[in-house]
Amino acid sequence: MSLSRHRKVLPGFRSTLGFTLLYLGLVVLVPLAAAFAKLGGLTWAQFWHAIASPVTLAAYRLSFGASFFAALVNSVFGLLVAWVLVRYQFWGKKLMDALVDLPFALPTAVAGITLATLYAQNGWIGRWLTPFGIKISYTSLGVFVALTFIGLPFVVRTVQPVLEDFDLEIEEAAASLGANRFKTFFRVILPMIFPALLTGFALAFARALGEYGSVVFISSNIPLRTQIVPVLIMSKLEQFDYAGATALAVVMLAISFALLLAINGLQTWSVRHREHH
Amino acid sequence: MRIFLQILAALLLVAAASASDIQLLNVSYDATREFYQQYNGAFAKYWKAKTGDNVIVKMSHGGSGKQAQLVAAGLDADVVTLALAYDIDAIAQQTQLLPAAWQKQFPDDSAPYTSTIVFLVRSGNPKNIHDWDDLVKPGVSVVTPNPKTSGGARWAYLAAYAYALEKDGHDDAQARDFMKRLYKNVPVLDSGARGATITFAQHQIGDVLLSWENEAYMAVNNYGHGQFQIITPSFSILAEPTVAVLDKVATKEGKFVVAHAYLSYLYSDEGQELAAKNYYRPRNAKIAAKYSDRFPALKWVTVEGEFGGWERAQDTHFADGGTFDQIYQQ
Repeated sequence: MSLSRHRKVLPGFRSTLGFTLLYLGLVVLVPLAAAFAKLGGLTWAQFWHAIASPVTLAAYRLSFGASFFAALVNSVFGLLVAWVLVRYQFWGKKLMDALVDLPFALPTAVAGITLATLYAQNGWIGRWLTPFGIKISYTSLGVFVALTFIGLPFVVRTVQPVLEDFDLEIEEAAASLGANRFKTFFRVILPMIFPALLTGFALAFARALGEYGSVVFISSNIPLRTQIVPVLIMSKLEQFDYAGATALAVVMLAISFALLLAINGLQTWSVRHREHH
Repeated sequence: MRIFLQILAALLLVAAASASDIQLLNVSYDATREFYQQYNGAFAKYWKAKTGDNVIVKMSHGGSGKQAQLVAAGLDADVVTLALAYDIDAIAQQTQLLPAAWQKQFPDDSAPYTSTIVFLVRSGNPKNIHDWDDLVKPGVSVVTPNPKTSGGARWAYLAAYAYALEKDGHDDAQARDFMKRLYKNVPVLDSGARGATITFAQHQIGDVLLSWENEAYMAVNNYGHGQFQIITPSFSILAEPTVAVLDKVATKEGKFVVAHAYLSYLYSDEGQELAAKNYYRPRNAKIAAKYSDRFPALKWVTVEGEFGGWERAQDTHFADGGTFDQIYQQ
């Protein structure tokens, strides 16, 4: 059989791996190494001082907290959007599908200014919330809103293809075996799409952590209250405190990397878990 | 074929024309957009008449600190026109692009025009704001950018601090308390002066904007007359935006003479007149007198006189753990 020696589309493993490493090295690792190299100018005490001051800790809390909740909300509503886009035919579906990608394409500064204006006390949306004492623009809630906006496409676009491949018969089988809707969703559908949902969550979360452009406009950027880490890093850079900025960036990087690894691990586990059942 | 020849001819013409074109890059801060737009045209005309060369000045605007950082990182600016001497000092310290004594390059410590910090309030002054004391009253909302990132905000911070010192017999603890009460009333810390103006004027946040005098006039003129009014406090700071030629860059590219002339011309009658028209206070007394109606007299301090220079002011107030950080840390 000639199948065993079929021609591969891409050249062999060695050259593709070599290229992959080179590419990852140039695009990801070299800039990261340069960031770490900047740390050289800091003593441990200075490093600790830079990353453990109250202002910094508050910024980490807000950055990770708001990113987490934004990704969580996106996981729920992104799944819903993907579901509607896959399962139903309706007028304007193509348009709605295209709309999902808009947060990708829109310059984040434009998004930030637009959201800040909408949710300001006199804005189109903000004016309806003001009577209830809800303020969004210039609060940490605003940070959350901006991060939710930019994260939506990640969940939809990762869950959508999985849902498209999903066999309707499995659902029908579940129904015919007497499972109600609730049970079908949580016992049959959710486990199947969970890995994709996790990937979407991780992407949205990671994207939110690094977001600067939109948040800087909708947040009031007040230390200890509404300042996210990227804004703090920018403020350090603008004061020529390169080492301090790098220290913050490196810690952010380390935590993000650990979280992404953990999410990947969870994903692998959930795939295996499913296969075992 | 004929079209091809025409295109070729056009390209050759362009090439011939650009032979005597000189390009300068002026890296400046947020609030100078309108002024340099006009000044560049005036200088190009002057230089053309004098030497026959065309000068095209490209501008880059942004927060003063960020702009200085870009230049230090390698942006090929020929001249810098920044919000405060400290930012140019930082370039001089980090690079060898200009001498440490760059402030002696031009008259008046290389500050061809000055400005001050004033209050911009909503029309009719509903919160009755007249001086610094009115800003710390409960219920008054004050918009000013983050002094760590904005040159204008640093001037505003120091103006308020100087006022507090003056009022309470130079007691630092009381001055710090005053600052704490002031920043308690600040709902948004934008990163630059233009951002703060937009927050105040377009998003309708705050009762008063601490602003460069020229930026305040810009807001009054741009956002329709009658929306805002300018309140000049009894006491403020003499803000001296400074200019410098980046010797190394300009020399390397053979633009030293024109770069120097470009900044020197700021001190000419025409340069000073344009500065005054754009609401910068001119150094030239004669032209200042001509525009005296838009520049009310007030008592002011200088950074050198009150704070012992930028280096010290920066360390005491804006560095990590300085008085500004302390405001938020308790």
